[in-house]
Amino acid sequence: MARILLKVKTKKHWLLVLLFSVIIAISGAYLSSVNIPVLEPKGVIADKEFRLLITVVLIMCIVVVPVFILLAYFIYKYRDDNPSKKRYSPDWDGNRLIEGIWWLIPSVIIGVLSVITWNATYALNPYRPIKSINPPIVVQVIALDWKWLFIYPAQHLASVNQLNIPLNTPVHFYLTSDAPMNSFWIPQLSGQIYCMPGMRTQLYLEANQAGTYKGWSANISGIGFAGMMFNTTATSRSGFNRWVAKIQADHNLPNLSFGAYNRLAKPTLYVPARYYRQPATDLFQAIIDKYMLPGFSYGRSLTPVSSPATGKGVV
Amino acid sequence: MSGAAYFASFWLGKLSLKALPPSAIQWFGASLMILVPLGIALLLSVTHRWKWLYHEWLTTLDPKKIGVMYIIVALAMLLRGGADVALIKTQQALSAGSNAGILSASHFQQIVTAHGTIMIFFVAMGLMFGLINLLVPLQIGARDVAFPFLNATSFWLFFGGMVLVNISLILGDFAATGWLAYPPLSELHFSPTVGVDYWIWSLEIAGIGSLLAAINFLVTILKMRVKGMNFMKMPMFVWSVLGSMLLVAFAFPILTVTLTLLALDRDIGTHFFTATGGGNMMMYVNLIWAWGHPEVYILILPAFGVFSEVVSTFARKRLFGYPSMVWAIAAIVLLSFIVWLHHFFTMGAGSDVNAFFGIMTMVIAVPTGVKIFNWLFTLYRGRIRMASPLLWFIGFVVIFTIGGMAGVLMAVPPVDFQLHNSLFLVAHFHMMIVGGVVFADFAAITYWFPKIFGFKLNEKLGRLAFWLWLIGFLLSFVPLYILGFMGATRRLNHYSASLGWQQLFIVSAVGAAIIGMAVGVQILQFAVSIYQRKANRDKTGDPWDGRSLEWSTPSPVPFYSFAKTPQVSTRDAFWEAKKQKQTSTPQPYEDIVLTKNSPLALVIAGGALIFAFAVVWHIWWLAIVGLLIVIATIILRSMDEHTEYILSASEVERLDRAYLKAGGLSK
Amino acid sequence: MSELPNAADAVEVLTRHKNYSNLTRTAKLIAKHDADTRTIFGFWVYLMTDCVLFASLFAVFAVLHNNTYGGPTGAMLFSLPYVLAETLILLSSSFTCGLAVLSAQQRHKKRVLLWLGVTFLLGASFLGLEVNEFNKFVRMGDSWRRSGFLSSYFTLVGTHGLHITIGLLWMAVMIGFVFRRGITDLVLKRIRMLSLFWHFLDVVWIFIFTIVYLFGAIKL
Repeated sequence: MARILLKVKTKKHWLLVLLFSVIIAISGAYLSSVNIPVLEPKGVIADKEFRLLITVVLIMCIVVVPVFILLAYFIYKYRDDNPSKKRYSPDWDGNRLIEGIWWLIPSVIIGVLSVITWNATYALNPYRPIKSINPPIVVQVIALDWKWLFIYPAQHLASVNQLNIPLNTPVHFYLTSDAPMNSFWIPQLSGQIYCMPGMRTQLYLEANQAGTYKGWSANISGIGFAGMMFNTTATSRSGFNRWVAKIQADHNLPNLSFGAYNRLAKPTLYVPARYYRQPATDLFQAIIDKYMLPGFSYGRSLTPVSSPATGKGVV
Repeated sequence: MSGAAYFASFWLGKLSLKALPPSAIQWFGASLMILVPLGIALLLSVTHRWKWLYHEWLTTLDPKKIGVMYIIVALAMLLRGGADVALIKTQQALSAGSNAGILSASHFQQIVTAHGTIMIFFVAMGLMFGLINLLVPLQIGARDVAFPFLNATSFWLFFGGMVLVNISLILGDFAATGWLAYPPLSELHFSPTVGVDYWIWSLEIAGIGSLLAAINFLVTILKMRVKGMNFMKMPMFVWSVLGSMLLVAFAFPILTVTLTLLALDRDIGTHFFTATGGGNMMMYVNLIWAWGHPEVYILILPAFGVFSEVVSTFARKRLFGYPSMVWAIAAIVLLSFIVWLHHFFTMGAGSDVNAFFGIMTMVIAVPTGVKIFNWLFTLYRGRIRMASPLLWFIGFVVIFTIGGMAGVLMAVPPVDFQLHNSLFLVAHFHMMIVGGVVFADFAAITYWFPKIFGFKLNEKLGRLAFWLWLIGFLLSFVPLYILGFMGATRRLNHYSASLGWQQLFIVSAVGAAIIGMAVGVQILQFAVSIYQRKANRDKTGDPWDGRSLEWSTPSPVPFYSFAKTPQVSTRDAFWEAKKQKQTSTPQPYEDIVLTKNSPLALVIAGGALIFAFAVVWHIWWLAIVGLLIVIATIILRSMDEHTEYILSASEVERLDRAYLKAGGLSK
Repeated sequence: MSELPNAADAVEVLTRHKNYSNLTRTAKLIAKHDADTRTIFGFWVYLMTDCVLFASLFAVFAVLHNNTYGGPTGAMLFSLPYVLAETLILLSSSFTCGLAVLSAQQRHKKRVLLWLGVTFLLGASFLGLEVNEFNKFVRMGDSWRRSGFLSSYFTLVGTHGLHITIGLLWMAVMIGFVFRRGITDLVLKRIRMLSLFWHFLDVVWIFIFTIVYLFGAIKL
């Protein structure tokens, strides 16, 4: 009787194994056919972050795999309807040695992970400049309701929801928000960083494969939040220069004066890419500073008068 | 302002016809919120049960009944939060590219916020406090909690918070900010409607209720254990509750402060978290997580406790490594206060700060891992009964371990930069909260149900529900891990079709639908079990061959809990007593002091609810009325010197014998 | 299930036994003693949570105290002699509250009423001075709307003031209680807890005095 039972069970088990394999095969085929940005880095920083992720997962498997094996084995072996002989020790409730082992081994693993974490956190600090033969370009990022404004101070141009960067060149972002908090994220190039009103954060990244990479906001910021997507186009240095020259030469494009900025800053949804020439000097700093000025309240437009540079801050 | 407008704004504050729901789906929700209570009221009237309701439930100060009420409310809210899931998942499965889905952005965000808020505060917390009320006094051999009236007040405040959240479906809107309402988005300028106020005040009331409950159970556990039960003989569930309640006592005041400051910003124009005026929005984020991270452990510790009880009972073996378990709880309690910054590594803090908080977060994995190994070795050389509570445990270990691995991954700051606020994070914490807390609660409900109601739940349907839950859950959340790697962020009401996310969102929605079926099966399980209650009757009082004191009482537990004060000299006191066949030396019955019912706890919470509702809508006269009701009721209650009554020894004996006869207990 | 006894039976039992009178003397004493210890212990636990509440507010103040946003600093606003007077009044109220407890332990009704009354008056004067100070600031245009610093100042000090108000309300109720019922065990226990609360508020005030006023006024 017991044998028959076992046989039936084994058949059931084979079916399960088959089902499982089919699921894994389908998922595998599916996953290899789609683009998974975090796992397919195209930039120096994202690549290091990806490698770190894999390292940590592998180290953790040292603990996790035994847990699964032990669970399955104990459940199988010590079931009360398992006919095979097994020991039953209802009063066995402790053993210093083996308890010590599972205090110690996880501690050692966490110790190793801690060292890795400590070093990686310093190495991959978003504020840390990337060493490169090419000098970095600076981009100022302003999260608005609900779009991204990118100012290229050295190139004297600005763009909305379109970021162009040269390959193999560190890009140094300064970021803020003139809206609720957002999080700036281009998964294939680097991890994210918050953009907060009245504050400035920084981020370095470097693309080393040409292509167009999606970026977006990772922090809810109101009804247009889902539409805050932009394209990042990484091209060769000469391609980048051509892009810059084209915009600078296009006299149909408006200048990004304070007035133009104020119009742009009004809440809008799903904004297509748009370009500006000649962003007002210190626009970025003025956007941060206005939050520090007495009498300022949300939604108040930015006027050149309220720029601290003029020294007439008080409204 | 004209006279009429002034009149209206004095009497009604911001309330007007515009507060009624704008869309069809919202009308549907609102009508449900009106029809369900109306239906219940009608049912009560038809069956003439109002008096019964009042005497047996509304005015009760018996922790066992309060526990049942907590669980009923929490399960009802599970359905409400589940309805939110149905809408969220449908929206996300549909709204790729040119398809805008079924919900507006604002409505979607409100639903996401409501889902998080309700599931954490009114489901997970409710189930937890329900179990604590039911079990802690019984497991420590006490007939009551330290402060029965305070306990009822806690429950009714929780209830009031729940009511307020649901009123937002009918009048006005709910916060559209995400469940922790970060400023400046939650400030008046960006969220000018009452949504955030509903969020603030429902959590404020429920939070104060939780704080009072924690004080109550700390004193209960520390001061009311039966003679002989020293700390190292307490059941592990009681230990875990002690840890959890300590965390509540230290963390919830922070929540109270944070919510109040946000309310002050919105209502009287202070500058705590505004970006302008010298406020500091990141201070809010720090404060809310200084509460929020301990909150996670507040929920998970009692879940660990439940599994400790379940595993040792169903392995028919003593819990392995009891002192290790206690130390693990202590370590988790301490560490949980120094990890909060891992929720915002992406703020741009220095490497040293990020690295410190990252490492502290990983360190928590050690005591958690120790607990899992201890449970596994409790199974080792046991004699395992595969009943459904143990199935939930197995599901828990699988899901919690995967989720925990994801957690450690995100504790590494540079990795977190790539995973923060993505659906990977969403999958992680659902695996911890559902796989950990909710599965434990289901195990607990199955396990202790006969103790409270006197009959077992249908096992077949219980197993079916478990498998549906497990499959549905994995199908729903494993795709979210992948979507996270694809860069999908949380709270997206819409996404570009070119990203290739839609298939996975559809798979996830199918998973959610299977969970919906699982919940349906659970409802059926309750219905069938109640229908067959005679056949499933637990006559022994000890249907699972239990180990702790609650199993020494008849099922259902009489209102005085223990006819005779139990005697404890070891861990697993009841198990040891059974083993030694040592029917304790016949003790005489004693007079028992019990607490009288009181409607005043309900009145206090009612006043608090009126106050909160009035503040949400700026109806200041009503707020004063609510506050006066609260104050007057407290004073009234404090005047009452006769809050207790005596059950005489002879009466106890009569009742106990009746129980023994009815239950067929042979003791 | 219906044949089993339930709480309704208890109500029946209750009517039969007319509450406390039928309790055996020992059971009554033991139950009461345990309950009293629990209540006092519970009150300590509550005070601890209140400590966390104030600690959070102090932390908020510490973060925001320099964010004057063009508004006045503490040094410009605070008058140390005024605050010192407030402090002395509150300290003496704590002393008289202690005397009230001592008298209650001696079951001396009149003295309890006297000392509670004095404590109440001192507490009320403290509160009056605080409200007056707030009022002065608000009239000068330096309300909680002015800056992050002032928001946190008003909230921290105001929360203490709110606690004092609750304490005064409690004290008023206790005075009525003592007046009508004399010093019962319950009253004694409550007076003890009230005095714990009052001393606690005193300690919090010392911190407020030092951190908010003293440091604030000294810094130029």
